Amino acid sequence: MGDYTIQEIYSVVVMQSFSGLSLLCIFVLMGLGLYIIFGQMGVINMAHAEFLVMGSYTMCLFSKFISANFPWMMNYYIILAVPLSFAVAFGVGYLVEWLLISRLYKRALDTLLATWGLSLIFQQCFRSFIGAREISADLPDWLMGTWMPTDSIFIPVNGLVLLALTIAITVGLVLFMTKSRLGLRMRATTQNREMSNALGVNTKMTDRLTFALACGISGIAGAFFTTMASTSPTAGTNYIVDSFLVLVLGGLGSLLGLFISAAFLGILSSVLEFFMSGSLAKVWLYLIIFVVLMKFTRGLFSARIRT
Amino acid sequence: MKIIKTTKKQLLALCGMATFAFGSLSAAEYPTAEVNTTGLAVTDDTVTVGQLHSITGTMAISETGSVEAERLAIKQINEMGGVLGRQIEIIQEDGASDWPTFAEKARKLIINDKVAAVFGCWTSASRKAVLPIFERHNNMLYYPTFYEGLEASKNVVYTGQEATQQIIWGLDWAYEELGARTFYLIGSDYIWPRTSMKIARTHIEQVLKKKDPSCEVVGEEYYALGHTNFRSLINKVRLRKPDLMFTAVVGGSNVAWYRQLRSAGVTAKNYPMLTISTTEDELLGIGGENAEGFYASMKYFQSLDNPENEAFVKEFKEMWGEDSVIGDVTQAAYLGPWIWKAAVEKAGSFDIDKIHLAHPGIELDAPEGYVRVHDTNQHLWSKAKIGRILKNGQFEVVAVSDELIEPDPFPEGYQ
Repeated sequence: MGDYTIQEIYSVVVMQSFSGLSLLCIFVLMGLGLYIIFGQMGVINMAHAEFLVMGSYTMCLFSKFISANFPWMMNYYIILAVPLSFAVAFGVGYLVEWLLISRLYKRALDTLLATWGLSLIFQQCFRSFIGAREISADLPDWLMGTWMPTDSIFIPVNGLVLLALTIAITVGLVLFMTKSRLGLRMRATTQNREMSNALGVNTKMTDRLTFALACGISGIAGAFFTTMASTSPTAGTNYIVDSFLVLVLGGLGSLLGLFISAAFLGILSSVLEFFMSGSLAKVWLYLIIFVVLMKFTRGLFSARIRT
Repeated sequence: MKIIKTTKKQLLALCGMATFAFGSLSAAEYPTAEVNTTGLAVTDDTVTVGQLHSITGTMAISETGSVEAERLAIKQINEMGGVLGRQIEIIQEDGASDWPTFAEKARKLIINDKVAAVFGCWTSASRKAVLPIFERHNNMLYYPTFYEGLEASKNVVYTGQEATQQIIWGLDWAYEELGARTFYLIGSDYIWPRTSMKIARTHIEQVLKKKDPSCEVVGEEYYALGHTNFRSLINKVRLRKPDLMFTAVVGGSNVAWYRQLRSAGVTAKNYPMLTISTTEDELLGIGGENAEGFYASMKYFQSLDNPENEAFVKEFKEMWGEDSVIGDVTQAAYLGPWIWKAAVEKAGSFDIDKIHLAHPGIELDAPEGYVRVHDTNQHLWSKAKIGRILKNGQFEVVAVSDELIEPDPFPEGYQ
């Protein structure tokens, strides 16, 4: 790296750190929904990625609707699109729990198969009703812009928004789980289902809302992903591996673990991708994860809770 | 009113394919027993062909355009009176983005349905999967996609470009017109980009370097299909400051790639790019404003200004909707049925062996311009073109090669 000035190297280190931070946020957003459903309910949701995609589609279609009918709203529509994506994914999640998941509790392997089948059904629905082509949201110009703290440092604005969104969702979730009545019921159900039921907690409804909430959060994550990449019926297959990766590495069911593992993956990929070519970086990333998982068989930070 | 419209359509179609002066022939002059000696699905008034693309699965996005273009061509041929006086009927099968399924469906089309020809496949993987079946049962495949070359089967007509037709002239153009001396090669990680980049690297290091010793490749990278995080790559590009990014990023990665370039402040002004993988189809998803000013090396752009293309675009939109766009491969797919028709009528027979012998020298005034089937390898001679991406997702044609470029699927010294 002898040919570069200190200034250049400094700028690139800053930009690369920020890209690692963005990656951390993406991993957290991908893993959150999966974490809630597994951590609180013990259900492995193979259709998780399709809820992300559902959020993406909501955002895309809403943006097209706005740009066609209310062009003056283009700059602000995202404020509406985020709750809308949440609502759509929440609603579908609610129905799915009611019609499918609630009948399969305590049959872990059947749930696995059923949710995987569900993911295929969703994919075909996207393809049949929305179309096979890749689409992406029409974005306001400010979101595609760049923030330049110095002449040679370029920070993407959507990365900053991503950071803010991740912090907001996480803080909101923690507050919700620790402060609200429903959060209390959720935690009670997780810790001791029979006792909670005996004490008058409607555990069935709690499960339903937990599942729907997790799907809703995935919906928001998906809505944001479409600002960075495209959405197609099978886009979920790109997310599902990373989602499970971050969850498993974090120790299945601990929010702190999720963060630590997202940070680990974000930093590691950024460093590897910078110093070697793209496909090789991926190979090394997975190799390192194998080694880490052999050493920490229960993930980096395994929660000790009763289920 | 209706009749006038049909006549007008026929006229347009005739204009489009002016070389077929012998447009409609009556079936009576060509008795079935004579034109079909090998038991293909040919009757006194119909001939059945197969169409084999992915309607479902991840490739459906790309293959839809080809399906539509082939349908349009067949419809136009039928309106002109068909092939040897026979109306074309289509049996469509779904390869479902799964290569063994392609093979199975190809077998079904050729053995059970006895189709006279097949228009289909898109990825090289699907073509490789069906190739042995076409060769063993001696049938003809018309394949539309630009691809990596290294193949010349007598049972395939390649209506897209093989790699050298897209790359070499494009790099020479960038060398001359953009003054490109340092190159960063970026592609998705599978056979087509890797073979293409190998040709590009050889050309830069062996040919361009002789003209100017400062020519060099400063980076070469591949990312998995569907990869969506290019931030690290963008930082590396920024650090190495190439005169030209030469790219073959495909599919879903495209949108992420262009958007992240733009939001990182990497624009066409500072970092020119020449791509061999972005067409009007991809731009629909990417959004023209995110890729404005970058260049693509293709043989067809929807905005080409000639009467054949004007008629083609008009008819295509009439059939498939005002919003549809036409990319390079879609146009190449449109040529398939026309080349088949010309070969059958030149041979005066549907027999595969006779069609094969009739292919060399077939000429078309196609939407992309004049093309001719090569004498030995069943690829097309065609003109290379460079387009600059506009805000509206279309291309402005900035350069066209003076000569037709010879297809050379086994380029000596490049492999």
